[in-house]
Amino acid sequence: MMNRGLGSGGGSSSGKNQGGEAVVEMFPSGLRVLVVDDDPTCLMILERMLRTCLYEVTKCNRAEMALSLLRKNKHGFDIVISDVHMPDMDGFKLLEHVGLEMDLPVIMMSADDSKSVVLKGVTHGAVDYLIKPVRMEALKNIWQHVVRKRRTEWSGVPTHSGSVEETGERQRQQQQREAVSGGEEDGADDNNSSSVNEGGNNNWRNSSSSSSRKRKEEEGGEEQGDEDASNLKKPRVVWSVELHQQFVAAVNQLGVEKAVPKKILELMNVPGLTRENVASHLQKYRIYLRRLGGVSQHQGSLNNSFMTSQDASFGSLPTLNGFDLQALAQLPAQSLAQLQAAGLGRPAAMNSKPGLPVSSSIVDERSVFSFDNPKMSLLHGVPTGMEPRQLAGLQQHRMTIQQQIAAVRAGHSLQNNGMRMPLASQQQQPFSRPQQSSIRQPMLPNRSGFSGRSSIPESSRVLPTTSYTNLAAQQQHSMAFSNFQQELPLNSFPLASAPGLSVRKPHSSSYREDVNSSEAGFTAPSYDMFSSRQNDWDLRSMLSPHQDSQAYSSSSMSRNNNSAVAATDHSRNHHQQTPQGMVSHHQVYGNGGGSSVKVKAETMGFHEQYSNQEDLMSALLKQEGIGPVDTEFDFDAYSIDDIPV
Amino acid sequence: MELVQMQKSLQDYTKSLFLDNLKVEESVLGVIQKLEFMGVLDSQFLQLQQLQDESNPHFVSQVVTLFFQDSDRILNDLSLSLDQQVVDFKKVYPHVHQLKGSSSSIGAQRVKNACVVFRSFCEQQNVEGCHRCLQQVKKEYYLVKNRLETLFKLEQQIVASGGMIPAMELGF
Repeated sequence: MMNRGLGSGGGSSSGKNQGGEAVVEMFPSGLRVLVVDDDPTCLMILERMLRTCLYEVTKCNRAEMALSLLRKNKHGFDIVISDVHMPDMDGFKLLEHVGLEMDLPVIMMSADDSKSVVLKGVTHGAVDYLIKPVRMEALKNIWQHVVRKRRTEWSGVPTHSGSVEETGERQRQQQQREAVSGGEEDGADDNNSSSVNEGGNNNWRNSSSSSSRKRKEEEGGEEQGDEDASNLKKPRVVWSVELHQQFVAAVNQLGVEKAVPKKILELMNVPGLTRENVASHLQKYRIYLRRLGGVSQHQGSLNNSFMTSQDASFGSLPTLNGFDLQALAQLPAQSLAQLQAAGLGRPAAMNSKPGLPVSSSIVDERSVFSFDNPKMSLLHGVPTGMEPRQLAGLQQHRMTIQQQIAAVRAGHSLQNNGMRMPLASQQQQPFSRPQQSSIRQPMLPNRSGFSGRSSIPESSRVLPTTSYTNLAAQQQHSMAFSNFQQELPLNSFPLASAPGLSVRKPHSSSYREDVNSSEAGFTAPSYDMFSSRQNDWDLRSMLSPHQDSQAYSSSSMSRNNNSAVAATDHSRNHHQQTPQGMVSHHQVYGNGGGSSVKVKAETMGFHEQYSNQEDLMSALLKQEGIGPVDTEFDFDAYSIDDIPV
Repeated sequence: MELVQMQKSLQDYTKSLFLDNLKVEESVLGVIQKLEFMGVLDSQFLQLQQLQDESNPHFVSQVVTLFFQDSDRILNDLSLSLDQQVVDFKKVYPHVHQLKGSSSSIGAQRVKNACVVFRSFCEQQNVEGCHRCLQQVKKEYYLVKNRLETLFKLEQQIVASGGMIPAMELGF
């Protein structure tokens, strides 16, 4: 990196305090990197390499120390690079924490290049995974992750239900909204655009600078993103302990399943807080709850960890996309499945591309789930019930899971829970996930509670991460938006017609609710697909391919690639992976109906999932002769509660 | 010894560390060293050398010294772990993994490769295999340690004679 002369690459970092040009000139010099590795040799080499890139480096050989450093100085770093295998804390756990609390991009690295671990990195929300020995070239470009994250968060602002088709449009709407809500007038944009805050933005996010600014105001942003090294504004609502407690109180008052952002917002009565803030926070919260429930954690402890795992501020959960990745990483399998289903389904609807090889994508996704979870082998060898053409038909309009996931990632709450599985090809675009490979795992209607926990959470992580990192944020977002906006006609949701739906509903619950609450509820138009078998299959296809594609596609949406990759990489896992959770999730998405349905579904789903999971787990374990969870890969990473704080 | 000669020796010697099937006469020590079919170092070492400049003139030797210290400790721990009645592979594996990471980071490719084999025996929980691997790792480690120490010595001699360390000309 050349230091263009505006101060040193070290201290002034992004030159936030300077004019717009200065900031741009400086960046990425001065990027503040925290590198964590228990290997002193590697640590020293990395530090030297990063300094050569003109980054500002802080090194740490203990994950705990890194976390406390980050907590003390929440905005003191732009990006974290962490080793996977560390003695005091698993790198993935650190990744989760950082994502949840600080929402910083995290790069994982390891000498271990086995696909399962790399996948785990992706599913846990890492923005990249470097194989040791790390070369200078790999480090030079890490700044892109910082920029990308900022951009994603910006464009990921959920819009009101409706018609925002593109990022630009959304921004306009935002501006209008903000203007109405007391934000600056549009005319003021020009004036402001030259402000220090916006200066950097203009360079990096021209189209969103004004909306960014407005958004910030709208949210009463406690953080004005001034510490953003990349100079990208990112207004964030800091969820302090008090604020979160208010939030939890409101949610409990309404009932976890019934709580919708609008009502929560009303109950909380916090000036400056927007429905979007609440919606995205609610999503994360639900994910947290699920994860806890999924891993047999107490709700109470969940709440505790939820709170205590962060400092006073709840880790500045952005209302945008960026956080969702981390939150999604917390999802238990079922939630993940839901997300995937949503994400998968949607795109298809959006693009209306018929004839997508959904099946393939589904398989891919499934394989993703099962990738490193031997327990998933329960479904091994189960023939997929879905036919490609069936899938194609299903795809037609669902803003389903894919869209939802995209929306989630974009920071929207997913409204549509259409489970329609990945109507593969089309939807892939926004997600840049080559999802669709032949669906290998049939949907198992009865497996609502499939305990795909271990795999699914990872899958879920894959989803957001992949799309996040792989796709150009804009593309992603615009797709997400378009998907999102596509209001799925509620009536298209064949809940009634889907016999198995009642079982599945539960899982769609929170997921759907989030979606609905934030946007006009759109139901996956693919509901007509919801014959029980199809539904299951859809879910599954949505889930696994989705993950898979995410894991393996880097911006190429080609399904073929994905299929191949998925097939190659996941063949082993595909059959293993039982998207139980996915199934249930599908069902959930199928609901798309009134919130009441959702609520019930959620409650039911949750419990169902849990008990089913256990059954499935034991069944799987027996079948596979697999012992306890491999701590190296699985559950440890998820038990945030266990992390000594 | 003349400066030019020393520089030439250093270059030859350095090359020998990377290249295969090269018989190198180590002029300083007067020992003919025959390399195995694979160099003890790979291009990652060159990356380290590129990180060394006027502001960090001793970077390579500092990192390598750190590597030696850390590896000595790891190998010690490994010996102890494998000598237990009941070998705890959960302890052995991370050590091997770390050694693989650090050796690959400084470019000690043969040590790294030996670690890869070691790791798979760990996964199989094969105690006997692990013992053999540990021996092999140690052998490779002492070899690269010896070579690098010689390298640094040659460099020091050149610098002490007022000369410049010749740049590596390998086409990696």
